[in-house]
Amino acid sequence: MPSPKYRREMPQRYRLEAAKCKKCGKVFFPPRLICDKCKSEEFEKITLPENGKIVTFTIIRVAPQQFETEVPYAIAIVELENGVRLTTQVVDCNPEKLKIGNEIKLVFRKIQEEGKTGIIKYGYKAVLA
Amino acid sequence: MKDVYVIGCGMTKFGEIWKSSFRDLFVEAGLKAIKNAGIDHLDSMYVGTMTSGLFVGQEHVGALMADYLGVAPIPAVRVESACCSGGMAVRIGFLDIASGNSDIVLAGGVEKMNDGADVTFALSTAADQEYECYHGVTFPGLYAMIARAHMKKYGTTRDQLAQVAVKNHYNGSMNPNAQFPRKITLEQVKNAVLVADPLTVLDSSPVSDGGACVILASEKIAKKFPKQMVKIIGSGAATDSLALDQRKDITALNAVKVSAKKAFKMAGLKPKDIDLAEVHDCFTIAELCIMEELGFCEKGKSGKFVEDGNTALDGKIPVNTSGGLKSKGHPVGATGIAQVVEIYEQLTGKAGQRQVKNAKIGLAQNMGGSGASSVVHILKKLND
Ligand SMILES: [Zn+2]
Repeated sequence: MPSPKYRREMPQRYRLEAAKCKKCGKVFFPPRLICDKCKSEEFEKITLPENGKIVTFTIIRVAPQQFETEVPYAIAIVELENGVRLTTQVVDCNPEKLKIGNEIKLVFRKIQEEGKTGIIKYGYKAVLA
Repeated sequence: MKDVYVIGCGMTKFGEIWKSSFRDLFVEAGLKAIKNAGIDHLDSMYVGTMTSGLFVGQEHVGALMADYLGVAPIPAVRVESACCSGGMAVRIGFLDIASGNSDIVLAGGVEKMNDGADVTFALSTAADQEYECYHGVTFPGLYAMIARAHMKKYGTTRDQLAQVAVKNHYNGSMNPNAQFPRKITLEQVKNAVLVADPLTVLDSSPVSDGGACVILASEKIAKKFPKQMVKIIGSGAATDSLALDQRKDITALNAVKVSAKKAFKMAGLKPKDIDLAEVHDCFTIAELCIMEELGFCEKGKSGKFVEDGNTALDGKIPVNTSGGLKSKGHPVGATGIAQVVEIYEQLTGKAGQRQVKNAKIGLAQNMGGSGASSVVHILKKLND
């Protein structure tokens, strides 16, 4: 069984669900309980666009234990078409050739395994569009 | 608010200190500080440590250290704000005396990073676990993304980043407490093994053990000692989003800017009034961004500012005279305290070979995570 902590994040990681403030329209990913802009506590659920571009990136060469077998791998902050930014790996590419401004698309992939039980944890990764 | 003075300090050597335990490191620094100040008691104590639970499996650090320092039953509590736990401990100690609650406070910090823990993971807990670390980002990775954005936006160069490390190692080569007290070259920094592109291992602060303590006192106590008076004339702290991706400008460290503004306002000073500074150079890019946020140079011009020697030991505003986190070492919880130790020693003329001439006003800036928390203190030497 995946942990409660993992299950709680599934809507965001599996379906890119975000929260849009009903009062001022600001979009939060991950969702929050209060809007920092207008202090409203009312949100509607929206789905993030899958397309965007690279704002900045790096190539990780020294990784935490659960990612050790994957080095070197690219990590980027990407900006989606609606302006929301998130941190994600960029895969299926030569990391050395990446550039700020590259167009990307989010896809559903395996991210890592949980603890000693090895339960597979999923989420989004970016590929070049 | 009552006036607050620094009346003594002490620190261990930073490095891989196999012979000393977590508690030994703190107690060694604490005893040195107490003897240096010449006091016979403490009213309270604040201990900065980032993640002793992960590094050595020990929490409840305030009580442990009060016990082993032999000062129980005084109140003692741990202060945590990731890499600026130490600086925040100074701030809480400052507020304790400023409020009139205490007259003599020990503000200390300690970290034992070389006892076998997964250091990369332990440090990453200062970032957003569910939305940054989940995807495999590391601290060097976060600062590398800031570096790449800064290079793209402002034209900052690989050489300018390396210049920060070269300068700090030059300063650290004169600091007997430094972990890596040796000079390095621009080529060595650039050609060192990559950790997270474009940052190499020589753009990064090391993994360190160490402890540092300062003794803070009210005016009533400070006046009893016939020595150089050093007053804390400004203290400011601030926060920002934990996750780097939530910030509109990846190259901006708003918590640094706001904490500095508050400290400058309290002190009634401007950036140009500062004679020297210790800043949080956990990675070379961090020192560049901090120069800009503290107002030492214009936004985007920090690379050139450092390259032109403005922050060298004999420059307009010497920065990280101790060697910084880069050369001196970065035992996370002790770092913010060790910065204040350096400023105190500089202002009291005890900095040896790296002494800045006529240093009267010094600034210490300590930062947590990828910039989600920051604390700034301004110290002034009074009577000459
Ligand atoms: Zn709102």
